[in-house]
Amino acid sequence: MAVVFQGIGAATAISSTNASVSTRMPFSSRGSPSGGKASFLIVRSDGRLSSGSNSRCRRADQLITNAVATKAESSTASTSSKPGHELLLFEALREGLEEEMDRDPRVCVMGEDVGHYGGSYKVTKGLAEKYGDLRVLDTPIAENSFTGMAIGAAMTGLRPIVEGMNMGFLLLAFNQISNNCGMLHYTSGGQFKIPVVIRGPGGVGRQLGAEHSQRLESYFQSIPGIQMVACSTPYNAKGLMKAAIRSENPVVLFEHVLLYNLKERIPDEEYVLNLEEAEMVRPGEHVTILTYSRMRYHVMQAAKTLVNKGYDPEVIDIRSLKPFDLYTIGNSVKKTHRVLIVEECMRTGGIGASLTAAINENFLDYLDAPIVCLSSQDVPTPYAGTLEEWTVVQPAQIVTAVEQLCG
Amino acid sequence: MGLVRILCRRLCRTSFLRHATSSINSTTEIGVVGHRSLASACRDSPSPIFFFRRFESTEAQFQHVYSDSEDDTQETLDYPGGRIPFTSQMRFISEFPEPRIPCYRVLNEDGYPIVRKIAEQMTKEEALKIYRSMVTLQIMDTVFYEAQRQGRISFYVTSAGEEAINISSAAGLSPDDLVLPQYREAGVLLWRGFTLQEFASQCFGNKYDYGKGRQMPIHYGSNKHNYFTISSPIATQLPQAVGAAYSLKTDGKDACVVTYFGDGATSEGDFHAGLNFAAVMEAPVIFFCRNNGWAISTPLIDQFRSDGVVVKGQAYGVRSIRVDGNDALAIYSAVRAAREMVITEQRPILIEVLTYRVGHHSTSDDSTRYRPADEIEHWGTARNPIARFRKWIDRNGWWTEDDESKHRANVRKELLNAIQVAERAEKPPLSELFTDVYESVPPNLREQEELLRENVKKNPQDYPSNVAL
Repeated sequence: MAVVFQGIGAATAISSTNASVSTRMPFSSRGSPSGGKASFLIVRSDGRLSSGSNSRCRRADQLITNAVATKAESSTASTSSKPGHELLLFEALREGLEEEMDRDPRVCVMGEDVGHYGGSYKVTKGLAEKYGDLRVLDTPIAENSFTGMAIGAAMTGLRPIVEGMNMGFLLLAFNQISNNCGMLHYTSGGQFKIPVVIRGPGGVGRQLGAEHSQRLESYFQSIPGIQMVACSTPYNAKGLMKAAIRSENPVVLFEHVLLYNLKERIPDEEYVLNLEEAEMVRPGEHVTILTYSRMRYHVMQAAKTLVNKGYDPEVIDIRSLKPFDLYTIGNSVKKTHRVLIVEECMRTGGIGASLTAAINENFLDYLDAPIVCLSSQDVPTPYAGTLEEWTVVQPAQIVTAVEQLCG
Repeated sequence: MGLVRILCRRLCRTSFLRHATSSINSTTEIGVVGHRSLASACRDSPSPIFFFRRFESTEAQFQHVYSDSEDDTQETLDYPGGRIPFTSQMRFISEFPEPRIPCYRVLNEDGYPIVRKIAEQMTKEEALKIYRSMVTLQIMDTVFYEAQRQGRISFYVTSAGEEAINISSAAGLSPDDLVLPQYREAGVLLWRGFTLQEFASQCFGNKYDYGKGRQMPIHYGSNKHNYFTISSPIATQLPQAVGAAYSLKTDGKDACVVTYFGDGATSEGDFHAGLNFAAVMEAPVIFFCRNNGWAISTPLIDQFRSDGVVVKGQAYGVRSIRVDGNDALAIYSAVRAAREMVITEQRPILIEVLTYRVGHHSTSDDSTRYRPADEIEHWGTARNPIARFRKWIDRNGWWTEDDESKHRANVRKELLNAIQVAERAEKPPLSELFTDVYESVPPNLREQEELLRENVKKNPQDYPSNVAL
């Protein structure tokens, strides 16, 4: 993986040193995609490598500079050696899904229109033709029921991925998700496990109306027994999809309606990300901005303005919504002493509200100012374009908030 | 006129052969036409009109039909979903079949076999095992109920009146079949080998409970017995059963899924979707409805207005049967036949058993408040399923009064002992509060566990001293 090679030996001219670099690598990707205990690389958000299993990974001894975009936001180094390939976010999700389906025959997909139609956002396009329509299953319209079906299948040994056509529809599946998915491993005394992945697009789109603009992460965050992650780039979408499928716990993967067509160059090699880790998007000194999903892009846009105004924001995409990566977040708070949370959830009871409480509880001594949380208002998302725009946090608001926070 | 009409109908039939498979011989019986369900309709229809022979010379007739089609009164038309015959009679389908769907029974009220062939298929060993298990279940229910009343366990649910349903249905299955129960099916687990001690451990929530003390009493679960852990919300197991069946289907296993539920559960959305899904997925599930007349205090008239649950099967395209729930032999034979069909044909089947819930809904209920005591008495004695089966095995010379009293005494003794042992056994330790929420205990839960341990250490007087940490 190009960016990985970058750090070893601090080589800048990558192409010529490829061969020698690879021999110095302690972890070689011996693993084959098709099953078995494959050895593969887990790239941590700060660029460090770990090998092997999908559960907690050890901190590698190797110091590698940031794998993800640095201040200069350049991935130009990656293009000169092994370039990887460019694709859109929904294609990255599909690639991750396909690789996992190749690797493990127990992985299957179920949802509305996921089969020959390829999914309403084309995440499962082509999979039914490849794996058959039993493994990529079209279901009737009954979210509670196909989620229940996935739970039953998981308890019997399969690894299903449930696609909600829109996250908002999964409110109908709340009973199965809360009472069964999150609980049955516990109440059965560990006898039955539920390795399901529940995924789908959510968030505020472009004039989709209130029912199709739900932020379900608010409602689900209390359910014990599940994990929640939100992807925001093609790179982390593929990595998180693979990690979620390999996890033995039920995972809810939040995608965003407006991010499906983001393009990025991702590595050719296999990689799996850590479900519980946050991603350092832009290191900085003055203020910690915590965000996830679509708001990451609003924050980065605001960051450009802020940099021009002389501020140095540290931007972290928290990625893991349940549990929070308080290690990465804490380190950042200890460095900058100021926190701004930018989210799409409603003010009341959202991810921001929980995160504010968690940071206050754990890092109060390190804060120089109260935590500021920018979120949507407690209103159903209106249809009219201008009204809708006013309910979503905009870059200008983020700039103002940082200016006020930093003085 | 008659001949012309018949000829016209014949021509209309041939036009829809375009949907059938192309290789047709001159005198092929047409059974399969287009959509599968229509095929079954053609095969099973009592009307002979739909069954006809095709002749070689039909080729020319195709054209003939088409050119005439505008003028002919078409009897059928192509709609999405298949070909539908027309009628000029405006007839509403009745909301209630008259007569009602009959109930399959093998032994009459006095234990005489009406269908000797079926009765003869059961061996003495099987019959005695079934009988003994029914009695064990009855005694277990009585003793645990008493234990709850004495305050030794917090809650209990009996299967009084439904012993035949529990044991016989389990006897008709194989141990590989997956069971997704509601909560009144402890007998199924008993049949599969769950011991009285294991039952007691779960009810007392001690450290030997497979659920590690996390669920209410009677919420049994045992993966080695293929009995999925009971979850209180009604009917949630129905779509899960379809998922489990889907899993079996992908593995091609010689096993099916059986899911139990009551009459009340058929009102839940999950019942509707579960049956629908099973039919569409062609999932090998037996949907077993215990229609016992009461959903806590809600009688059937307030639950649904259909002719019971069996008629709902056809609404979803699911084959169904109604069985006498107090007749152990009928249930046994019906379940065995259903299992055969479910596995070989890969289709769901709905079995509605009619019975009566003799006990209260649970220990939190007093059913004499909403139904007459003599009705309960009648079903508990005159219509008792155990007594009925006993008459049959007595008459066969397989069981004596002596056997009865010995068996009852043994079971009672074993059970009382199991309860004492379970009561004295330790409760699960504090560490089990935080395990199994996830695959491995995450840092935030570890933190919460530490806080709790600190608290317990600081204030030992506020916490039970006989529970390990």
